[in-house]
Amino acid sequence: MIAQAIPSYALDLFLPRPFQVTGVRRETPDTVTLRLRSLHGDSLSFQPGQFNMLYLFGVGEVPISISGVHPKTRDLEHTVRAVGYVTRALVRLRKGDVVGLRGPFGRGWPLEEARGRDLLILAGGIGLAPLRPALQYLMAHRRDYEQIVLLYGARTPADLLYPTELERWRGRLDLQVFITVDRGDEAWRGHIGVVTTLLPLAERFLDLRQAIILMCGPEVMMRVAARELENRGVAPEQIFLSLERNMKCAVGFCGHCQFGPAFICRDGPVFPLPQIRPLLEVREL
Amino acid sequence: MADPEVRTPTGSLWRMEKAQLQTLMEKLTQQGYTIIGPRIQEGAIVYDEVHRISDLPIGWTDEQDGGSYRLKRRGDEAFFGYAVGPHSWKRFLHPPVFSLGRTRRNGQGFEWTPPADPPPRYAFLGVRACELHAIAILDRVFMGGPYVDPVYRARREALFLIAVQCTTAGGTCFCASMGTGPKAPPGADLILTELPDAFVVEIGTERGAALMAEIPCTPATEADRAAVEAHLEETARSMGRQLDTADLPALLYRNLEHPRWEEVAQRCLTCGNCTMVCPTCFCFTVEDLSDLAGTQAERVRRWDSCFTTAFTYTAGRPIRQSAKARYRQWLTHKLASWWDQFGTSGCVGCGRCITWCPVGIDLTEEVRAIRETDGALAGERR
Repeated sequence: MIAQAIPSYALDLFLPRPFQVTGVRRETPDTVTLRLRSLHGDSLSFQPGQFNMLYLFGVGEVPISISGVHPKTRDLEHTVRAVGYVTRALVRLRKGDVVGLRGPFGRGWPLEEARGRDLLILAGGIGLAPLRPALQYLMAHRRDYEQIVLLYGARTPADLLYPTELERWRGRLDLQVFITVDRGDEAWRGHIGVVTTLLPLAERFLDLRQAIILMCGPEVMMRVAARELENRGVAPEQIFLSLERNMKCAVGFCGHCQFGPAFICRDGPVFPLPQIRPLLEVREL
Repeated sequence: MADPEVRTPTGSLWRMEKAQLQTLMEKLTQQGYTIIGPRIQEGAIVYDEVHRISDLPIGWTDEQDGGSYRLKRRGDEAFFGYAVGPHSWKRFLHPPVFSLGRTRRNGQGFEWTPPADPPPRYAFLGVRACELHAIAILDRVFMGGPYVDPVYRARREALFLIAVQCTTAGGTCFCASMGTGPKAPPGADLILTELPDAFVVEIGTERGAALMAEIPCTPATEADRAAVEAHLEETARSMGRQLDTADLPALLYRNLEHPRWEEVAQRCLTCGNCTMVCPTCFCFTVEDLSDLAGTQAERVRRWDSCFTTAFTYTAGRPIRQSAKARYRQWLTHKLASWWDQFGTSGCVGCGRCITWCPVGIDLTEEVRAIRETDGALAGERR
C-alpha cells in the first residue's frame, strides 16, 4: 500500500493576479488614485467598502480599499497614501506598470439594508476612499434612498481628495455636502474644525435618530464621532464604521488584523458599532 | 496473526511488546510515511525524523519549571518518560518557513512558479493528549472557516497520528485544568500507553486497525486496562500547574485595563518565545525576498509573533507599541477571543510558554493575579 496520488498545493488563494495601471491621478501631495485593469480579462465584482490586496513585485503586499470604478472602462480604482514601505512604492507607479491583485475581501457597507432610509456619510482624510464607491452606488440608485448628507474633514484644503468630484457632488440638489479642514489657507472660505462640528448642518436635512450612518477616518475621529452621535440620540445599531489594520493574508489566517475577537479582513472592515464598541475605547488594542 | 477484521473494532485494546514498536515504525516507513518522533538534540527532547526505536529518548525525562528545562536520567528504560519539549507538531503542519513560490519579472508583468516539492506524508509518533487537542484547534483555524489553507490541509490530510498518553506530568503542565488531558481525545489512529514492560495500544481508526493487524500483539488483560487507568489518574494528580478556567473569557474582557498588564510588562522581554513554542499560535507574515538583480522574488510565509512591534504596523506606525498591549493581546487571544473566533480555548495547558519564557512568566499566575483583584483599574490614564 504505497502512497496514493501525491497531492499538490492549491495556492491560488495567495497568488496575486496581474493588473495593469491604466491611469494615475494625483490627489494630494502624498496620495494618488491608481486605475487598474486585469491583464487576463478578469472582471471583478465587489461591494462598496471591500478591499483588495495590492502586490508589488519584490516589495510586498498591502490591503487597499477599492475607492471606485471608472464609469466607462469599469477599471478598479484604489486611492493610496504614501505612509509605509509598500505604499511609498505604490504611489510611484506609472501608467503601464503592472501590480498583483488579490480580492475583493471583507464585508462592505450595508447599502441594501439602508434602502429607504436617510444616510449620513462621515469621512475623515483618506477615509473618504472606501466611502466613495458607496457614494457612487447611492448616486446611481438615488431614488432608493431618502436624504443623503456627506460630511468630510481633512487636515488642510490641499489634503482634500477627489476635488472635482466633490465640486460635482456639491452641485447636486439631492446630495448635501459639507466640508471642513483643521487648518485653512489664504484661499479657504469654508469651515474650520473637526468633522463633528458639521453635525448641526447635517441635522437641517435629516433626523439623525432615523438615519443610517457610515463612517471612516482615523480611529480617534470615529471614537469621538460615535460618542457625539450617541449624545444626539443615535442608537449604536445605526452606526457602521470601517477599520484598518496590518494584513498579510486577508483571509483570517495570518492573525495580524485582529481587533479583539474580530479578524478585520474577514469579519470587517465594516462593522456595526455594537459589535466593536467597548473595544473602540481601549488604546493599543 | 489475527485477522484484521478481528482487530478492527475501534476502541479495542491490545498489548504490544516494546520491541514491536520497531516493527510498527518499519511498516509505516514501508507505507511511505516519514516518521516524526521525539529525539534528543542539543539538550532537549525535540520532534524530528526518527527511523528506529534507538532514536527515541529511552531512559530520559525532562525537569521543567518557569524559565527552566533540564534533561535527566530516569531510573528505567521508558521510551516516552518525559512531558513535552520546545517543539510542537505545529512546525510540521504549519511550517516555520514555507515558500509560496517564485515570481519572475516578465516584460511589464510577472509570472509565478508554485513550489515544486509535493507536501510530505508524515506519521507523528508520540503525540500527547494536549497536542491532539492543539492539532484539533489548528484544524479549526486553518480548515474550519470560510477559507481553507492549502498548505496546512495538504499536510494534515496525509497525516498518521500515534498518540502516547502521558505517564508523567511535567512541572509546568496543566492539561487537567484545561480538560485536554492526560487522556487522549478521539482523533489519533492509535493511542499508546507505556507500561514498564509493554505498550497498551488502543485502536483509534480503521487505518490504525489495519496497521496493528500486521504487528504481533495480544488482547490487553484486565490488569493492563487497570494499569492504564492508574497511570492516567496519577498523571492528572501530579500536574505542576493549575488554572481556574471558570468564566475566563469574561474575566479577561472586563479587565483589559487591569494594572497587572503593566506589572507583567515590566518583566516581559517581548521576545516572542511563548508564541514560537505554543502548539496553537498560528500567526504568520509573508515576505518578498528578491534577488540582487531584481528579476526574481520568492514569496515566503514565515511564523510571526504578536510580540513584535512590526506585527501591527498600520498606516505608518505600530498599533501595539507598549509591551503591556502586546502581552495583553497574546493572553486575551489565547484564553478569551479564541473562543469567539473558533469556539474553543487557544490554550491546551501544555506549559511550554511557562518553561520557555526566559524570565519565567507564568500565564496561570497572571490569570490568578487578575482574578484575585478582578475589576482593578490602571492608575491615571491619559
